This record gives sequence, C-alpha cells and structure tokens, in this order.
Amino acid sequence: MTQILFKNIDTPNLTSIDVYEKTLDGYQSLRKAFEKKPEEVVEMVKASGLRGRGGAGFPTGLKWSFLAKDVFPRYLACNADESEPGTCKDRDLIMKNPHLLIEGMILCSYACRIETGYIYMRGEFWEYEELMDKAIDEAYAKGYLGKNIMGSGFNLDMYTHMGAGAYICGEESALLSSLEGYRGEPRLKPPFPAVEGLYGKPTIVNNVETLCAVPFILMNGPEAYAAIGTEKSKGTKLVSVSGHVKKPGNYEVPLGTPTIDLIEKYAGGIRDGNKLKAFIPGGSSVPMLPASKADVPYDYESIMEAGSMLGSGALIVMDDTTNVVVETLRLAHFYMHESCGKCTPCREGTRWMYQILTDINNKKGKPEQVDLLNDICDNMSFKCFCPLGDAAVGPVASSIKYFREDYEELIASMKTGQPVGTI
Amino acid sequence: MFAFTEASEARIEKILAKYPEGRKISALLPLLTLAQAQEGYITPEAMVEIGKRLNVSPAYVESVCTFYTMYYTKPVGKYVVKFCINISCHLNGCDNLLEYTEKKLGIKEGETTPDKKFTLLKEECLAACCEAPVMQVNNKYHVNMTPEKVDQVLASCR
Repeated sequence: MTQILFKNIDTPNLTSIDVYEKTLDGYQSLRKAFEKKPEEVVEMVKASGLRGRGGAGFPTGLKWSFLAKDVFPRYLACNADESEPGTCKDRDLIMKNPHLLIEGMILCSYACRIETGYIYMRGEFWEYEELMDKAIDEAYAKGYLGKNIMGSGFNLDMYTHMGAGAYICGEESALLSSLEGYRGEPRLKPPFPAVEGLYGKPTIVNNVETLCAVPFILMNGPEAYAAIGTEKSKGTKLVSVSGHVKKPGNYEVPLGTPTIDLIEKYAGGIRDGNKLKAFIPGGSSVPMLPASKADVPYDYESIMEAGSMLGSGALIVMDDTTNVVVETLRLAHFYMHESCGKCTPCREGTRWMYQILTDINNKKGKPEQVDLLNDICDNMSFKCFCPLGDAAVGPVASSIKYFREDYEELIASMKTGQPVGTI
Repeated sequence: MFAFTEASEARIEKILAKYPEGRKISALLPLLTLAQAQEGYITPEAMVEIGKRLNVSPAYVESVCTFYTMYYTKPVGKYVVKFCINISCHLNGCDNLLEYTEKKLGIKEGETTPDKKFTLLKEECLAACCEAPVMQVNNKYHVNMTPEKVDQVLASCR
C-alpha cells in the first residue's frame, strides 16, 4: 500500500538531514519545483485533489490560489497547534520526520511567493521545538532555506513559534492573533487570511499533514496522488485510532477505507472481548456515530452522508461498557475550558451544557434536561463567532440523538448511588 | 526585582530576530515562556520587564499571560506533573492514575507538595491519544502510563 506521509517513518535518525536525504530522496522535490513557475506548482496541487487535513477539508490548491494578488510580503503559518482531542498525527510527523514538513513548507512558499514561514506549535510540544529548530538549522546549512535557494533566486526564512496552551489557537484566525502577540481570539471572516492574515498581509495557514503531502505530489505528479482514494477524497489520510482498541495508533490509509477495517484490521479490534458501541470519526468536534454505521467508508463525503465529519482524522472508539453520557461530559468540560469567551453563545452555552451534564452524571438529572440540552445546542449551532461553538455542539447533540437511553438510564437511577462520572 | 539572565538575553536576541520590524510584540509569548523557565512562574515584575522590552503596558502583558493555561502566575513545584483527562485518556483509565498519584504525593489535583517539589495538575488533551494514558512532567511526555511507570517517573525527579 502507498505510504506517502509515513513512508520509512521509523528509520533510525530520520530527523537528521543526511538520513532524510538518503532514505526518502529528501529535498529532491525542490529541484522539480524550481523548474516550474510558482503558478504551475499551485496547479499541480489543485490537480492532485489534496484537501486540508486539519479539519475543514478545504481544497489546498484552491486556498493557495486565493492569495491577494500582488500584495507582499506574504506569510505561511503552519498549523501545528494539534489539540483536538483524539488527534495525535502531527506530533508523530514532527517528532519522527521534521524535514518532510520543512520540505512541504518550502514548496508551498515557492508556489505562493512567500518568503517567511512560521511553524506555530502548541506549547506542550516544547521538547519538539528543539528538534524542529535543529532541523531548520540543518536545512539552512544545506542551502534549502535562506537566500537564493539552490540557485533559484527564491528566498525563504523559517521559524518555530510556540503557543502556550489554548485549543482555540488551532482556529486559523486565532492562531494568527496569537502569533502576533495577542490573546488567541478568533477574528471576523472575511477577510480571510489569504487576503488579510498575519500582520495584515496575505497568509496561508495549512496543517502539518497537508504540507507533508506536497513533496509526494511534486515528485510523482498530481495524477499519482489523485489515483489514491475515492472520486472526491483523494490521497491518503493519517487516522489516529484511540480508545477501546487493542492496538491504538496512527495509521496511514487511502481515503475510502472502511471505518470498520481501521478498527478491526489496523487497530486490532475492540479489546477485552467487548463490542463496539460508538465511535467518533474525526476528533472530538464531530458528531459521534453508533456501531451500526461502522462500515462507512473513511472519506469526507461518506462520513458526511452518515451524519458526521472526517475532521482531523481522529477515530475515537468506545466499547459497549461505556456510558456515552460520561464521555460526553469530558468533552463538554473541554469546550467550556477552551472557549475563549469572546462571544456569548459559546461562552455561556458551553458552561451551561457542562453544568447540566454534571447534574445528570451526579444522578441529579431531570428528564426535561435532555431536551434542554438539545435546546442549547440549537441556540449555539451556527450562532457562534467561530467554529468552536459548533464543535462543542457536535458531541452533545449526537450523544442524545443516538444514545438517549444512556441519559434516561442515568436519570432513572437518580438518588440511587454514587455519581457515575465527574470531572 | 526581575532581570533576564545572560543566557536568556542571548535567547531574546534570537527570538526578536524571528519577527519583522515593528512587530516585535509577536515575541510576547516566547518571552513569557523564558521568564517562566527562569523563575518557575510569571511574577508581576517579569510582566513589567517584558512590557518594557516590547513597548506594551504590564496590564496588556497580564491580559495575554492569563489567557494561556501554560503560564503560572503563582509559584509551582519544581516538577509540574500533568495528567491528560480528556476522552482517549479517560477511556484508558486516567482517573485511576490521577487518584493513584494524588495518594502517592499526598496532595489533591491543583495542589503543591509542602516541600515544593511537585505540583499536580489536570490537563486537557496533550495530543498523544494513541499512547493513552498520557502524563507530562515539566516539558517531557510520558506515555502508556501505569501505576508502576508513575512510580518510576516520580522517582527519577530529584
């Protein structure tokens, strides 16, 4: 099977540039790119069908072509603020193959005529900052970064920038606010970052995994990338399979692989002889689905049709010993904690949902509170300033839709014992 | 009084060089991180000093500092022990580990041991979900945790 992102990923010392060059034809894609005009590279990425792997799934080449014309300087901000519960693929890429990311960023920068790139990493990745800085230094030393790269006349500087603990900074406009030294609050869109981004200049914000796929497209041609996957979901995807499985891990699969194969074949199936009850296909922000939908092909369109989203590619698996309400409380706590507080529906809604779920978990819930939760979801959906509000709704609304009996069971057992789950 | 050490000053020079002229306020988070690495937490004096460097008010520095969860505005132990409590870790028994660690250290989550050696905190997702449960001690990740591994990691903190 084609490995694009994880090819030879476990080679010893792959983080060193010499090993990277030898093992993976590292940085050879730059030669191919520099033979072309920047616009041609954008066209290649468009033709490949690559879509943003951070969560939204927006076509990458199209995003690159939206940059405001003739406005310079332009910036690239690589989104390495990986914080979506269930998602741990970018961490693997960064700690095992940092040069692949640098190479992808150089290609993006060349295509978009960008001369400064930042890698915005979540603050907790502190131990990988040093690793990334070292990789960047090596790339400068070999002439892949800096002035007149490989005689092409193209210049690029690259820097790491560490966050300090805020999920919201994974939202692209909040990431830019944070990078500019402000509180990490989202900005009104439009203008989109491609028009007015970092320091008010045209900016591309791309996820780590997205950028890491670009060298393959240059080396093998867009057709080779587009040949993998389904009609609309092209290429491979890293899927972080976690939860109640025997072999949790990051697996690279062609888009369109049945979800059940990810659970059974790749992750070894449900552990302890239990059965699948529910799964969250794309990270904590997307609706969870019941076991009956586990044969859904793992691609953007099919998961959407099944009532959820592919999101960041985090498949969280829950077995039949799980009370879904207990896990929903964890997620509700997360969104309350991470709401930046800028807009009212999100700030108040996330807290209110958390309080009600706490009551239900403490066996103090009332039957009408389930409908109240639904009502809050309605009042938050599409009414918040940024996608965090909708993300908070996803797990709560879907848990009621598919597992109302878990709520009713807890409410019926009111005053009969210890809380089942608190936080 | 707060003053950056010589080693920190050298770092600051490198950090400021990352950002364009007139945009040095971008260095606010990195400078806060440096101050915390130096003192263990962000003191009001450090906020004043950072404000001076970047030409913003101490109040502004504080407003940004308190937005981010990794900055401590009160003293913490020499080792900050964080447990991820989000869904993937919860499905893998993080609550039991946290409870185990609370008993072992004789403190509750959010507290610091009397000898100022350990502070114990809950953390939201640490992005290592496939190796749950996850614990972080200062900057270092520890994955696939068990009570035995907690013992080992804590014993290695001197």
